[in-house]
Amino acid sequence: MDDLLLEFLTETNEHLETVDVEMVRFEQDPNNEAILSNIFRLVHTIKGTCGFLGLPRLEALAHAAETLMGKFRDGMPVTTPSVSLILSTLDRIKEILGELERQGAEPEGSDSDLIEMLDKMASQEPTAQEVAPAPKTSQTSGAAVYQVLERELKPGEVSLDELERAFREAPGPEKATTAGTLAYQVLERSLKPGEVSLDELERAFREAPGPAALVIEKPMAKASNEKPTALAAVPAVSKKNMDPAEAGESGEAIPGKVQTIRVNVDTLEHLMTMVSELVLTRNQLLEIARRSSEDHGYKVPLQRLSQVTAELQDGVMKTRMQPIGNAWQKLPRVVRDLSNELSKKIDLVMQGADTELDRQVLEVIKDPLTHMVRNSADHGVESPAERKAAGKPEKGTIRLNAYHEGGSITIEIADDGKGLNFAAIRKKAAERGIASDAELERMSDAQVAKFIFHPGFSTAAKVTSVSGRGVGMDVVKTNIELIGGTVDIRSEQGRGTTFTIKIPLTLAIVAALIVSSKDQRFAIPQIAVSELVRVSPTSEHSIERINGTPILRLRDRLLPIVPLSKVMGLSGNEDVNHGFVVVTQVAHQRFGILVDGVFHTEEIVVKPMSSKLRHIQLFSGNTILGDGAVVLIIDPNGLARMVGSDADRNEFQSDANLEQAAVAADELTSLLVFRGGSESLKAVPLSLVTRLEEIEASTIEWSSGRPVVQYRGRLMPLVSCDEELAIKREGMQSLLVFSDGDVSMGLAVAEIVDIVEDKLDIELLAERSDLVGSAVVRGRTTEIVNVAHYLPMVLETWSRKERKGRPERSLLLVDSSTFFRDMLVPVLKASGYRVQTASTAQEAVRLLSSGLHVDVVVTDLELSGHSGFALVASLRADPHHTTIPVIGLTVRSDPQQIALARKLHISEIVSKIDRRGLLSALAELNETLEEAA
Amino acid sequence: MKLIDSIPYGNPKAASKQMEFVTVMVAGQLLGLPISRVHDVFVVSEMTTVPLAPGEIAGLLNLRGRVVTAVSLRRRLGLGDTYEGGRRMAVGLENQGEAYGLLVDEVGEVLKLNPDEMQPNPVHMDRGWVGLSQGVHQLRDQLLIVLDVDAVLAFETEREAA
Repeated sequence: MDDLLLEFLTETNEHLETVDVEMVRFEQDPNNEAILSNIFRLVHTIKGTCGFLGLPRLEALAHAAETLMGKFRDGMPVTTPSVSLILSTLDRIKEILGELERQGAEPEGSDSDLIEMLDKMASQEPTAQEVAPAPKTSQTSGAAVYQVLERELKPGEVSLDELERAFREAPGPEKATTAGTLAYQVLERSLKPGEVSLDELERAFREAPGPAALVIEKPMAKASNEKPTALAAVPAVSKKNMDPAEAGESGEAIPGKVQTIRVNVDTLEHLMTMVSELVLTRNQLLEIARRSSEDHGYKVPLQRLSQVTAELQDGVMKTRMQPIGNAWQKLPRVVRDLSNELSKKIDLVMQGADTELDRQVLEVIKDPLTHMVRNSADHGVESPAERKAAGKPEKGTIRLNAYHEGGSITIEIADDGKGLNFAAIRKKAAERGIASDAELERMSDAQVAKFIFHPGFSTAAKVTSVSGRGVGMDVVKTNIELIGGTVDIRSEQGRGTTFTIKIPLTLAIVAALIVSSKDQRFAIPQIAVSELVRVSPTSEHSIERINGTPILRLRDRLLPIVPLSKVMGLSGNEDVNHGFVVVTQVAHQRFGILVDGVFHTEEIVVKPMSSKLRHIQLFSGNTILGDGAVVLIIDPNGLARMVGSDADRNEFQSDANLEQAAVAADELTSLLVFRGGSESLKAVPLSLVTRLEEIEASTIEWSSGRPVVQYRGRLMPLVSCDEELAIKREGMQSLLVFSDGDVSMGLAVAEIVDIVEDKLDIELLAERSDLVGSAVVRGRTTEIVNVAHYLPMVLETWSRKERKGRPERSLLLVDSSTFFRDMLVPVLKASGYRVQTASTAQEAVRLLSSGLHVDVVVTDLELSGHSGFALVASLRADPHHTTIPVIGLTVRSDPQQIALARKLHISEIVSKIDRRGLLSALAELNETLEEAA
Repeated sequence: MKLIDSIPYGNPKAASKQMEFVTVMVAGQLLGLPISRVHDVFVVSEMTTVPLAPGEIAGLLNLRGRVVTAVSLRRRLGLGDTYEGGRRMAVGLENQGEAYGLLVDEVGEVLKLNPDEMQPNPVHMDRGWVGLSQGVHQLRDQLLIVLDVDAVLAFETEREAA
């Protein structure tokens, strides 16, 4: 295919994309003449070029579309069908272009269908095409310009012919001038805004042959210099046609034209690689120079080299940066088409479109973004009727937001729709066997939401043409992770869903601060670092501790300190007071990273983490330093996430966190603190532990590879509390015994440390299922063990046997403590109940009044904010629930409570920590229920 | 049983019969890696440990300007590390576009073996080993376990289920 055609294709595709976007904007704002004229100009350019290249189909289509748009300009009302028609015409043009690209020729076929419709639409209002011009010309200047243009363009060829003839016949000075004018004339066809001057030009030519020609000779000469033989050859002429088109775009406002050239991407990539290598080599040289004290006269040139390299690098980086808006360009059209197809009203708001990021990154996220926006429009935003019913404005909003944050770019895609259906996701996950019921029960909504990234996972009730086929979100995740990014979901029922994509700014080079912690070096991206503070107990800045948590007073503000060695697990629990604090800012959070040493800043070439290490959110990549050492690059965002201070700006998830905080505020929990295989402390609520035992290791028997011990005449399975701890073969083995009915389980621990009463404030939610999370217990970081993780491992068989033959009862558990709910649910499930939970009395009432059928209600009588008795009273007032059995949980029961309970027909009051009592109370209830039935 | 897809160059007839293996020693056991998968063999100089990394990963290496993930074959085989300074050898492998260095105790010679003579894994072999072994070759004075390179490098890293 010849270059000319290729260039035409690239240009035209670009123009079409702009037209797409502009058309949607225009539909929303039909009175905006600037938009219309922009569209008009672009379509006209396409039409003109097609004419030159001999592409009749394209030309005819563009012409028909242009005619209709001309009508808009003449005041015809802009309607959705007409815009749709123009958009589908553009689609047809794209199709033909695609064929053209593949085969080098316009495909066979007819577009009479579209053209007919366009013509019909255009002729609906046969207004004054011919009448308008004269008065308008003399009215406002803007309209006049286009009017004149219109007139010339529609019958375009004719007037040009005439013009040409005029030129040819004109007594023109010499050949060169003629060449110039010919070229210029071509330019005129595409260059829309120039017509006023062209009018004059024409007149000038017609009237005065000599001097007028000279006036315009300058630009002409430039044009003809490029291709002196351009005289008559059509391709050459249209080649020029491109340049003026560009000139036209910028030339309107700025006299000095912005010079651009197209460069093959491979060339840029190669350049980038070479610069990366250059930077590395420069770093090595600098390192050598740093080490040798002698100056052999090369240090000055080396400085210069360093400087030049930096500048070169900057320059090359700039060639790779593109505004993210480029990836968004298609979205308005996508959303518009979708909202028409799905009969929804959707507003697309785009913020931060000029945020720049690496071209390579941009390419990778383009498709995922489109997919996610489609998803939001299809699944997220409800139909106008539903929205109205939910008390929301009929028009839904999808909001795209991009901004820089701590060395990476954050893109948010938020809708104000119905939110994720967590129940459906849980159900689907269980159906597909991705997670067991027990696991699902324990998972937070945020964890459950992540299931939508599983391959083939779709909860859409029906498969639409848009989405719901379950392909996509996993691809989205894979694509984003491929470039070292992350995707997060926040969703709230009825309020919408927000996807947050974090991607590195560039895949190439960043400035980083090299720090050390425990003899190991790390790189922290400079962009996240706001200052460095030296700390020691004697200096002005010293680390203070609140309940063991390090804090730095910095200019009257408290700065949370994260000792790097601690998050890395490089050191034990000793308190570090010396070193440097790297004050880091990530979004709205400030925190200090405590390191042992700070070296220098270095330009590092970011290399992606090995796929085996990518799950460690603390690191964003690695690099090779000047001295050849590999160092890890710390991801400040990941660090912020790890230290858990991220929660406060997470508006959707904050509910759960608040809840936990509330639990912590008013509850003292007795905790059994013990040690597992590693140094770290672990704890479990004492209420869950039946007994503590120490047994002779020799009595442990191994049955089919699993350790068991004979305990009170039964076999009790043993489980090690963590992977690092092997169950002892000799000596004494400490056990925590958990009993569940007749079944017991022994949790092997290294050492039982203490029993403490403390506020249980789970600060870090663990990603591991064997831990609930970490909490500060008596000033020490302690891992809170999730007993529910171990119970099913050994008790599964028993509970299944027990359950057999008995109808499953449903139960509603009302307890404001997430912790207790999490602990009790697996136990109740193992006893054969279908468990529903509610954290507040209000929620319980809502569940029950919404038709949830339960056999038994188990409620904490001291619900936060609302008495459990009040809950029961309101239940008794409801005719449906007057007889429903209720079991009350309490921390301490007094006669007054018991009397009140009797009055409200509460079947039993059980101490909150007495799980066995609860189970037997339930069993008793069951019998009476069965008898009744 | 899955065999290695690529065939060494040279006489096609001999090639169909013979496969070449790079032999390595770990804890006194001779193991063989198909030569087609081995990029190079190198001495480990300086290694950066990765905090919070899975136990199998010993660290990161700089191999001629490329960052290589060092995987301890000992730990992969469920053996303890007994590194006591001195020379450390690694076999350079490539898997899904990423470079790995498999840390071994010693690198031996290259052996030509006939794939037909490979015996299946003994039934009572350690479970962890069975997953990594394609079979066993009987050499004159010892046994050689043929390592499944893909299996060796396919260990679980994502701890979170979601």
